[in-house]
Amino acid sequence: MITSNAVKGRKGSIEPPSGKPALQQLHTETPLLEARGITKRFPGVVANDGIDFTLYRGEVHALLGENGAGKTTLMNILYGLYQPDQGQLFIEGKPVRLSSPRQAIDLGIGLVPQHSHLVRRHTVVENLALGLRTTSFFLPARRLGEEIRALADRYGFDVDPEARVELLSAGEKQRVEILKALMRDAKILILDEPTAALTLQETLSLFTAIERMRADGRGVIFITHKLKEVMAIADRVTVLRKGRVVAHVLRQEATAEKLAEWMVGARPIPLKPKVRETPGAFPAGEPPAAEVRPGVPLLEVEDVDVVDDRGRKTLSGLSFTLRRGEILGVAGVAGNGQRELIEVVTGLRRPSRGRIRLGGEAITRRNRSRLFDGAIAHIPEERTRTGVVAGMSVAENLILRAYRRSPFATGPLLNTRAAYRHAEEAIAAYRISAPGPGARVGLLSGGNIQKVILARELSGNPSLIVAAHPTHGLDIAAARLTHELLLEQRAKGAGILLVSEDLDELLELSDRLLVLCAGKITGSLDAREADLPLLGLMMAGGSGT
Amino acid sequence: MRASFGPSFAEIVSPPRTRALWVTLASVALGLVASGVVFAVYGVAPIAAYSVLLRETLGDARGQAEVVRKSLPLILIAVGLAFAFRARFFNIGAEGQLLAGAAAASGVALFSDIPAPYTVWAMFLAGFAAGALWAFLPALLKVKLGVNEVITTLMLNFVAVYGIEWLINGPWKGRTVMGFAYSDPFPAWARLPVIPGTRIHWPTLVLGLVAAVALHFVLARTRLGFEVRVLGHNPEAAAYAGIDALRVTLAAALIAGGLAGLAGVGEVGGTHFRLRSPSQISPGFGYTAILAAQLARGQPLAAALAALFLGLIFAAGDVARALLRMPPQVPEMISGLLLLAVVSAEIFIRYQLRFPTVPKGGD
Repeated sequence: MITSNAVKGRKGSIEPPSGKPALQQLHTETPLLEARGITKRFPGVVANDGIDFTLYRGEVHALLGENGAGKTTLMNILYGLYQPDQGQLFIEGKPVRLSSPRQAIDLGIGLVPQHSHLVRRHTVVENLALGLRTTSFFLPARRLGEEIRALADRYGFDVDPEARVELLSAGEKQRVEILKALMRDAKILILDEPTAALTLQETLSLFTAIERMRADGRGVIFITHKLKEVMAIADRVTVLRKGRVVAHVLRQEATAEKLAEWMVGARPIPLKPKVRETPGAFPAGEPPAAEVRPGVPLLEVEDVDVVDDRGRKTLSGLSFTLRRGEILGVAGVAGNGQRELIEVVTGLRRPSRGRIRLGGEAITRRNRSRLFDGAIAHIPEERTRTGVVAGMSVAENLILRAYRRSPFATGPLLNTRAAYRHAEEAIAAYRISAPGPGARVGLLSGGNIQKVILARELSGNPSLIVAAHPTHGLDIAAARLTHELLLEQRAKGAGILLVSEDLDELLELSDRLLVLCAGKITGSLDAREADLPLLGLMMAGGSGT
Repeated sequence: MRASFGPSFAEIVSPPRTRALWVTLASVALGLVASGVVFAVYGVAPIAAYSVLLRETLGDARGQAEVVRKSLPLILIAVGLAFAFRARFFNIGAEGQLLAGAAAASGVALFSDIPAPYTVWAMFLAGFAAGALWAFLPALLKVKLGVNEVITTLMLNFVAVYGIEWLINGPWKGRTVMGFAYSDPFPAWARLPVIPGTRIHWPTLVLGLVAAVALHFVLARTRLGFEVRVLGHNPEAAAYAGIDALRVTLAAALIAGGLAGLAGVGEVGGTHFRLRSPSQISPGFGYTAILAAQLARGQPLAAALAALFLGLIFAAGDVARALLRMPPQVPEMISGLLLLAVVSAEIFIRYQLRFPTVPKGGD
């Protein structure tokens, strides 16, 4: 797994390093890519502060950091999307300035973005022909099919060149993006959070492909915040925090605990000592702190089917019960019906079959505004896109749910003074850092936007809380506050449906877990008994209850 | 050291209100300079032309009254459009809604038996209903089927134009007009009163100003206004908040269409006193008002002010035609240039142009 095998570069070969590689040994050759003293400022923040970074042939260099650590900024600089305020880039020892991705591509840099940038209505081969220097003006996709198949075989990808991109899964689209970079003969591949939307099997196959790239003498920059993956695939690790390089080590010299500490800094966080190197073999999780207290059934979902906008059945035969005072975690790889489950429970979508009851009362056909009055809180997945109105004030966003009712409305009129008073109280109670009730929400940080949402959703003493990825992208303090508030609501007797991709979060908070795969429940278990290999298997649709 | 080669845009996180004002004013000034070039090319000294235009419009009471008269339809339409734009209903069909209102009012004036003192009221009601009807279908199609309202409202303009052409050449063609294509004149009780000494049909003015103040209040202080703003800013958040997009879009569209219909009533009942060719009823008021709503950035009160400014351009166009012997196309070119300047100004409000610093060292 380390660079111990013979490495044959595409442009001339290099000597295989004998024995175990060390920093010094790697340092004797000219790096493929070197960044020196990269600094990039944005209004109010220094996103990159004097970053040094090197990448050698045949190595996987992990760039590790939390959200907001500066990984994305650095990536955009390496790909020519941003220009650094200070610092210099070198490619194979030569100083370069990248003023556009086109230049970066010409210099052999390939980016595999987190969300694919493919033309959805075109086929794989048409997408790959796009932007290729050798593409002919007429019939651009001709003759490319064979080339794609050969390359895909070499990297162990199963890709149909004639398939339409819109029909591909997230993992398949990523493979097309990788092929795109490889067809342009990229020597340097930047993978941005590549496993975010993959199943375990897809992740394993990605790792095999990365091994192949390494063996081919390419350099891979692996951007992630997942420690397990770093320990599994990286040769070297650079850890970023608040725009600075805080550590730079060989993987053998690192431990997951050490990396986590570097990544989050001195903040005390409960570290879960259960990280192993190989994916697919996650050890058991800790039992959750709280005991299960069975309460009265609150949310009863019975045999629910959902058909999405394109007529595909995204949920089938879903049945479960959520009790008062219980947190029910929903695990699963993104796109397996979680979104539809949330929509159907919160009244954004009607099920095509089945019944939903809240506190014994049927709510299947009830519309959204009445559900709000009926005390369902919804912490949405995309907090800036759906959870708030960025162009409106904190005060107005805080009444987004209750503006129809007293004291915020009297008949058709709004009571803006009551809204302001309410906002002042919420700002104090939730420590929202905002200049005042009139401040535009779009100017707040992600954590503070989430606080606005929490303040609004939890203010009406909801009986059911539907929380979707509630801590995604938040810093540790905001994430912890979110967890505390959810636990507090559970203690008050609310039932919580927690949908998350963060298994640690699910195991920490949930009393029970459901696993969704391809729109069906593939597992239902007590969170105390949950272990990661079993969960992983269930998430991949491997086994039933 | 690294710098990009050309100038670049830097986003201003929270642009101050004053910036919007001076950037807008500066862009209008640039537009006027560009229009000056048009004057010069046409063979008229720009400074002299502007001074004649200014003197004959704002220089005396008669000129000022003409500016107001030209603004009357623009105020009503612009105020409604500003409101609809806030709900993200991009109504390009005010021209057709105006014509629909004009036709409905003409029908009432010419053919109804409503007692004389109520005729004018009935004309306004019918005009509002017809304009609202013209906007109803696009709003319904937008929310129910996702059909782009820019296209549907625009297409309905042509339906209104040819509908009126048919009326004045066919069933409504006047018996007393000797082969001309327009209706009989309205009876005296179906004509709007004017402010003595001017041609300002004041009921239309009052309606316009009331609409501006009322919609300003609706946006700022009512549940409907709140819903309009949430929907306009972020339709996904509106759905999340349980706001009924159909109801809110319909409300915004019907109000905007109805107000444009009222403008049509004002034109036939206060200026022409008959239904005549669409190009004579409206020299593009419905399109020009889009400019006013854009200039006002969706604020109804500001839209009324911007409409006055555009009324000035229309009045100046009349002066240019009469005193400077210019064809009517020239003032239309000017309003086109101004629209271009104002729309391009949008980006300079939110972004600052930065020029690259000279790179030191490097390669």
